[in-house]
Amino acid sequence: MSEKTILLDHGSGGTASQDLIGNLFLKYLDNAILHGLEDSAILENQPGRLAFSTDSYVVDPIFFPGGDIGKLAVHGTINDLAMRGARPLCLSLGLILEEGFALADLEKIIASIAEASKSSGVPIVTGDTKVVPKGKGDKIFINTSGIGIVDENLDISSTRGRPGDNVILSGTMGDHGITIMTRRAGISLQGRLESDTMALHTMVAKLVAEVGDGVHTMRDPTRGGVATSLNEIAASCKLSIELKEEDLPVTPEVRTACEILGLEPLYLANEGKCLVIVSAEQTQQALAVMHGCREGAQAQVIGRLIEGPPGRVVINTPIGGSRIVTPLHGEPLPRIC
Amino acid sequence: MKYVDEFRDSALARPLLAELKKSCTRPLRVMEVCGSHTMAIFRNGIRSILPEGFELISGPGCPVCVTSASHMDAFIAMADQPGVRVAIFGDLFRVPGSTGSLANASSRGAKVDIVYSPMDALDLAAANPRDLVVFLGVGFETTTPGIAATIKAAKLRKITNFTVFSTHKVMPPPLTALLDDPELRIDGLLCPGHVSSIIGAGAYQVLVDKYRLACVVAGFETVDLLNGLILLARQVANGAPAVENTYPRAVSWEGNPRALKMVAEIFEPVDMEWRGLGVIPESGLRIRPDYSEFDAEKRLDVVLPEAEEAKGCRCGEILKGKSSPPECPLFNTRCTPANPIGPCMVSSEGTCAAYQKYGGA
Repeated sequence: MSEKTILLDHGSGGTASQDLIGNLFLKYLDNAILHGLEDSAILENQPGRLAFSTDSYVVDPIFFPGGDIGKLAVHGTINDLAMRGARPLCLSLGLILEEGFALADLEKIIASIAEASKSSGVPIVTGDTKVVPKGKGDKIFINTSGIGIVDENLDISSTRGRPGDNVILSGTMGDHGITIMTRRAGISLQGRLESDTMALHTMVAKLVAEVGDGVHTMRDPTRGGVATSLNEIAASCKLSIELKEEDLPVTPEVRTACEILGLEPLYLANEGKCLVIVSAEQTQQALAVMHGCREGAQAQVIGRLIEGPPGRVVINTPIGGSRIVTPLHGEPLPRIC
Repeated sequence: MKYVDEFRDSALARPLLAELKKSCTRPLRVMEVCGSHTMAIFRNGIRSILPEGFELISGPGCPVCVTSASHMDAFIAMADQPGVRVAIFGDLFRVPGSTGSLANASSRGAKVDIVYSPMDALDLAAANPRDLVVFLGVGFETTTPGIAATIKAAKLRKITNFTVFSTHKVMPPPLTALLDDPELRIDGLLCPGHVSSIIGAGAYQVLVDKYRLACVVAGFETVDLLNGLILLARQVANGAPAVENTYPRAVSWEGNPRALKMVAEIFEPVDMEWRGLGVIPESGLRIRPDYSEFDAEKRLDVVLPEAEEAKGCRCGEILKGKSSPPECPLFNTRCTPANPIGPCMVSSEGTCAAYQKYGGA
């Protein structure tokens, strides 16, 4: 490929498109199913039920500490499948590129997608690329869809929470959200702020294998953060959720950045964390499994499901007070003072 | 986090709560003036554990909330002008004017940039020489010195396409206006921490002398807040009102003379309209004639439009501490954080937003 940037021709379906597919996409993403470049991928039938999920990625900046838009697109859809207890089987990759986008950046992103797909063991089996005129898009948008297999008898769903269930969070809150916000605003802070983007399916598979039916609900608290996900869970299972403020895990770096910008970690996006609603009896077992995995090394109980007004999430403060945790409304915005 | 963790220590705070109960010997109405105090009080769950008869009412200290509808309309009209790029702090984005908000203007194609510092707006002007950048100056003494410094920097860097639309407000005058209202019965003020770091705790002595009002300057952490409330309760119980400062790590009696001098060099007092309170003499700041090249109102010949408050909205009463959000017929029905009608629901520091977000008292 001699051009240094994406041209409208790259999305035309003609020779420039073929050039991009052969010299870039197959170079990094090749596998037996993708190789034939057929109109659709044929997957072998597997026992169990199918899980199917899709997500689009438009993050700005496209490269950030801890990852990039490509890695995020692979991990995000894998995690959405895993949250229903599915073993992710394969992904599709749809790219919308803006005319003039640097090919070097595209190559970096494709290499990152390949690396994330390989290390997760979830291949890209079909794909598509379109190019829009300059100014009609923002560098690169990605869509990934994924198919996974769920065991016949497994039922992990947000309706299954029961009074007395514990809420486990697999690690610290807000790392991804605050990293993106500070990068976008050009705010440089001392200390290490890094996105937590990570695939969770391996840990989830162990959790499901060892704890089984005791795992009632799983949710990855992405946009809207832990607060919004817990509100959704509480509404679905028609219960209240009670949290303890002291138990909410936040790194000192994220906490400091939030203090400066007037934001709450509870509302910031995570890309490598999950909330697990688990029966009281099997909570210790679930924690032991999670602690044995890198993805859940810092997992801890942050609260529990209780009888109460459906959909209400309450946080108990260290001095014995309490307040309601509402879902996020609109984008989190920094305060004036 | 140093200077934060110590002041959030529940082992320190719990005995203070017991002390507050002991100090509170009669029903008490205290106004927390500052929006950040309102938020901090809710976040800590303090309202849910106040002693019986201790009433906290929220005052006019959320800068976004007290910005008049006519100023909001002028901001939005300005953003819609071709060749203008407005720069704002995030809170202002969704605040409704008479028709729509800056968020609506942005969706129409107006250039609206959210910045974290006025200096970012100056950089925006340098990077976009064909646009006239207008920084929408909303805020109290906490924000004004930074904006004065930015105007000085613009002059020094000879950036001619940077301007400020000043609706800045100053703190003691609205308190006097409120306290002159016989309907507002309050025993004490929890005085703002950030504003006081600039104007100094001494600024409230006049309120003690004239209204015999208990005044305590407090910080924003659990221990700061409880300590402030205890001192207020004691002053009232002892019938000995005074200015006390529980935030000496940030606030002195005199304030920050350097910041005050810089503000006085760039700005001069002007009568200013406050949402809910009307026009209060000398309660605002406009850019001095020497710096008029940076005054957006002069550069763009702004005429403030007539604007009406939204029908049924009680933000005005709420800002005066005369109503609480649940008493407003629109609260949580037509006016919600997702679809705010009044400004008190929009800003994260607004009283209605705090009530909605943290579940009221």
